Amino acid sequence: MTLLWLLILPIVGGLLAWLSGRTGTQLPRWISILALAIVFGLTLQVWFQYYSEIDIFKEQAWLIEFEQDWIPQLGISFYLALDGLSLLLIALTAFLGIISVVVSWKEIQYRVGFFHFNLLWILAGIIGVFIALDLFLFFFFWEMMLIPMYFLIIIWGHEDKRYAAIKFFLFTQASGLMMLVAILALYFVHGNATGVYTFNYNELLGTDIPASAAMWLMLGFFIAFGVKLPAVPVHTWLPDAHTQAPTAGSVVLAGLLLKTGAYGLIRFVVPLFPEAAMQFAFIAMVLGVVSILYGAKLAFAQTDFKRLVAYTSVSHMGFVLLGIFAWNELALQGAIVVIIAHGLSTGALFILAGGIQERIHTRDMDRMGGMWSTVPRMGTVAMFFAMASLGLPGLGNFVGEFLVLIGMFMENILLTVFAALGIVAATIYSIWIIQRIFHGEPREKWEMPDLNVREMVVMVAMMLALLWIGLYPKPILNTAKPALDILQQGVEEVQMVEEMPSPNSGDNKKIFISFKKSQIGDH
Amino acid sequence: MYELLWLVPFFPFLSAVVLIAFGSRMPKPVSGTLGAGSIGLSAIITIIIGINFLTSPPEGYSYTQVLWSWINVGNFSPAISFHLDALSLVMIFVITFVGFFIHLYSTEYMIKDEGYARFFAYMNLFVGAMLILVLGDNLVLLLLGWEGVGLCSYLLIGFWYKKPENGYAARKAFVVTRIGDIAMLIGIFLLFMHTGTIHIQQILDIAPRIWVEGATIPVAASLLLLGGALGKSAQVPLQVWLPDAMAGPTPTSALIHAATMVTAGVYLIARTHVIFELAPAVMTIVAIIGLLTALIAGFSALTQTDIKRVLAYSTISQIGYMFLALGVGAFAAGMFHFMTHAFFKALLFLGAGAIIHALHEEQNMFRMGGIRKEMPATFWTFLIGCASLAAIPLVTSGFYSKELILWKSFSSQLGSTWYFILGAVGAFITAIYTFRMVFLVFYGDKKTEVSHLPGTRILLTLVVLAFFSTVAGFIELPHTMGNFTLFSNFMASVLPAVPVFDYSLGTEFLLQVIATFLVAVGIYIAYYLYIKKPETVNELTASPAGEGIYTFFSSGWGFDWLYDKVFVQPVIFVSRINKRDFIDSIYHAIAFSTEVLHRLLTKTQTGKVRWYAMVLVVGAIIVITLAVFL
Repeated sequence: MTLLWLLILPIVGGLLAWLSGRTGTQLPRWISILALAIVFGLTLQVWFQYYSEIDIFKEQAWLIEFEQDWIPQLGISFYLALDGLSLLLIALTAFLGIISVVVSWKEIQYRVGFFHFNLLWILAGIIGVFIALDLFLFFFFWEMMLIPMYFLIIIWGHEDKRYAAIKFFLFTQASGLMMLVAILALYFVHGNATGVYTFNYNELLGTDIPASAAMWLMLGFFIAFGVKLPAVPVHTWLPDAHTQAPTAGSVVLAGLLLKTGAYGLIRFVVPLFPEAAMQFAFIAMVLGVVSILYGAKLAFAQTDFKRLVAYTSVSHMGFVLLGIFAWNELALQGAIVVIIAHGLSTGALFILAGGIQERIHTRDMDRMGGMWSTVPRMGTVAMFFAMASLGLPGLGNFVGEFLVLIGMFMENILLTVFAALGIVAATIYSIWIIQRIFHGEPREKWEMPDLNVREMVVMVAMMLALLWIGLYPKPILNTAKPALDILQQGVEEVQMVEEMPSPNSGDNKKIFISFKKSQIGDH
Repeated sequence: MYELLWLVPFFPFLSAVVLIAFGSRMPKPVSGTLGAGSIGLSAIITIIIGINFLTSPPEGYSYTQVLWSWINVGNFSPAISFHLDALSLVMIFVITFVGFFIHLYSTEYMIKDEGYARFFAYMNLFVGAMLILVLGDNLVLLLLGWEGVGLCSYLLIGFWYKKPENGYAARKAFVVTRIGDIAMLIGIFLLFMHTGTIHIQQILDIAPRIWVEGATIPVAASLLLLGGALGKSAQVPLQVWLPDAMAGPTPTSALIHAATMVTAGVYLIARTHVIFELAPAVMTIVAIIGLLTALIAGFSALTQTDIKRVLAYSTISQIGYMFLALGVGAFAAGMFHFMTHAFFKALLFLGAGAIIHALHEEQNMFRMGGIRKEMPATFWTFLIGCASLAAIPLVTSGFYSKELILWKSFSSQLGSTWYFILGAVGAFITAIYTFRMVFLVFYGDKKTEVSHLPGTRILLTLVVLAFFSTVAGFIELPHTMGNFTLFSNFMASVLPAVPVFDYSLGTEFLLQVIATFLVAVGIYIAYYLYIKKPETVNELTASPAGEGIYTFFSSGWGFDWLYDKVFVQPVIFVSRINKRDFIDSIYHAIAFSTEVLHRLLTKTQTGKVRWYAMVLVVGAIIVITLAVFL
């Protein structure tokens, strides 16, 4: 039932917020905070409970499951399940969700109720994506995130919002369509082979797919997730969407929406199509490296603060792509830490960008400069997050990127060297932000208030979270470990069978796969 | 007593956090007391631990304190844990002790600055990070300190952030050192991949067992680690950032860019010396880079007009000597020179700061002069520092440490006569530029009036450092003076003795005489050129060739120009032309062609029934034709 509550709370909270919008602007905000705080509390409670019994759960794939028949004729069920990986991502979702509400407090003054409805429904969709383990249901939530996000950009966005919103919608919709085709194809391949037509993830694992078909299906999923991630060359929707979205929209986009792509790669692409994914791994890793370097290069050239931060996301998420396709324990753990740390550090930079825009009504860094003496607190905070973004050890991003790189090093040394150059590039654009905005001579005389208490609370919370991940990431690593172990075992077994040269390897494979299923799917 | 070790980095960090959070609301005396006091506490604890270490050394001459497990993935398990042994003890002593006096000096020196609390916050943060760097028992924690000091260096070089050129210098320092760090990072990965551990001591234990001398992996790993060391320690070809780093406040230059951070590379190589010993070819590279740097920077120092830039080039050059020592396997000698250099170079920078303050922030030596009568204490302490830098025999610490390096570079089995000759030439140049500085600043005609005399805290610091610049050398005396080897004995538990060829006492004495003679000649040349016949210099630089050489040296041998053309400009160019991301134009092209297609098809919707009917007929004919013929 806990899983159901994780969905009901934001959905109902969103509706209530919309309705209460008639009474004024305050009630929707408090309803949203309350709903998300309960979600966060529930998540933490599950986490603590799970963490104290962590050893027990090593053998069991799912911590909590919920299953309800939906359309049994087609093998569609309302199947939710949660493991350590989804738990971490939901905790991040609730945390950034609360922050998004708080940062919109002053910024959003127009149709407040409807704004919070959209925000909460996006979050519901994201939580749904992280716990839906029926592929049909997963696709449902996947689409559910998009429409409110589209509204968020097109109603509360900045000057070029129509263009950005439509671009965002087309990219995600077109790529989602490819995933839908791949899901259906997988459904029929599995049904034809076994006679059981189902969308259940556990059942679909280990489906015996002809190699060429597997590659196409894998690509269908990969493109959908790659667009979300985003990986070069399908990243171009992101800078526009980020730049035009209101602050909360940017935080949710960078902090959470991109992460659904990473989650999809870890949860679906590699486990469902292990062989195809491994054949494709080299190309994916090259795309990761290209994203890191190309994103950083574009970031460096920007003069629009939000656009710059948006391109840094492309660069940082390249590390995630790299970590996932290196597919060893170090790299995967690293990818997860990057996912969380990037959500915080980039989210915070967007909040700062939004705060500046609110004060001086521009994002153009050519008009800023020398602002440290006017807003020293903002400068200090910005310095902190710039340092997080360039991978300063002691802060969360370093742990993630270091683990990704060291894991990657075991797989491909040359690509690791190129990826590591991304750290120099990150140094350049991060301190360039500080220089352009806070250091140097003021280019225009801006009078503005420093961060207020509300903003400082948000910033300090995010700073503490990054310090925690940077200095004591153990709880995160330990929580993700059982889930990753099980995912890795599944893939390894399939590979092991492939490598076995015995003449009757086909039979062996079936045995291995059924063994794997018994381990993962037994519940 | 050793349990107190964690407090040594803790106090500076705590004070830094308090100063960052509340510094802007604190009165200056409070933030000053906090800033200097925290380092003082760390220094006291370090001295207590040091005394304990000397009187009752821990088992195996090392002590490890594990605070908490940091990252734990498979066998990759760095902890937040500190490793105290003779090497890290010397380092933390210099960091906290010299650091404390530099902080004390700063409480007076920076008093008029509006960013007083911010300054101490950054300085404290630096000391904390530097302590982590040298205490870290695994390579990842070392990297934490390593990047932390880089950050503080960046923050402090750009401390006066309103001037764009300071920001430029700060960014240059950060980016250049980080380029070296990438090499180091890959080196760490390589070591982890092959040894299966990230703990420094374990790696050093395993390395000789799995690799033979000259094997590929240790050669590659030590080259990569060297890359990091070259960046941090400002050695050729990554030395370009240090002269510009002088944009920071002078106490920063003393602490970070002379005494401690820039010697991190020396520490790194000494710490991982086992890997380097397995790669003799890399050792040779270290020695040659050290020598080259010593000479290149020495020649540049000869032509500088800014007193701080002279000292900056001199620092690069002196670290070159430390690298020479490391390269011939004389690790203890390198550390010895690190220690004496920390004292006398900090002294020189702080003295220069006192002079700059006294002369209305004038940094150009050619606008100074004749101030020795008015600033006697500064003059004498500065002279002591210069004597040590120039290695005046017997009475200066610099003499003992530099002689040791020169002697080892000759006598070590990895050494060579060439090393000695070039090293001695370097010492000769050092003597010239050092006394050029003394003569220009303190002798000759007065060009700027002394407006402000240093107060007690500045003078106290100068005197203490002058004292140590003199006596610190006596703990290691050469064979010709009784072969007293307290320092290298102390280091012997960590750093092995150099394998040397046997030479007679006479040879050693002869080499000392040669080096000393060169120093004396150097001082005379400085005297001749800047006191006796000052016009000679102008005559020398008047000819086109002379002017060319002068510009070449003073611009740091054109490295900046080269890097700008080869790296900086291309990157900026590519960024600029592709600011709008050409990939997006592909999608715009798709959108555009859809739009065009849409317009074309719209044109067919004319609403004329005749037109529709005709299209229908033509379409039907085509379909039937196809059906018939295919």
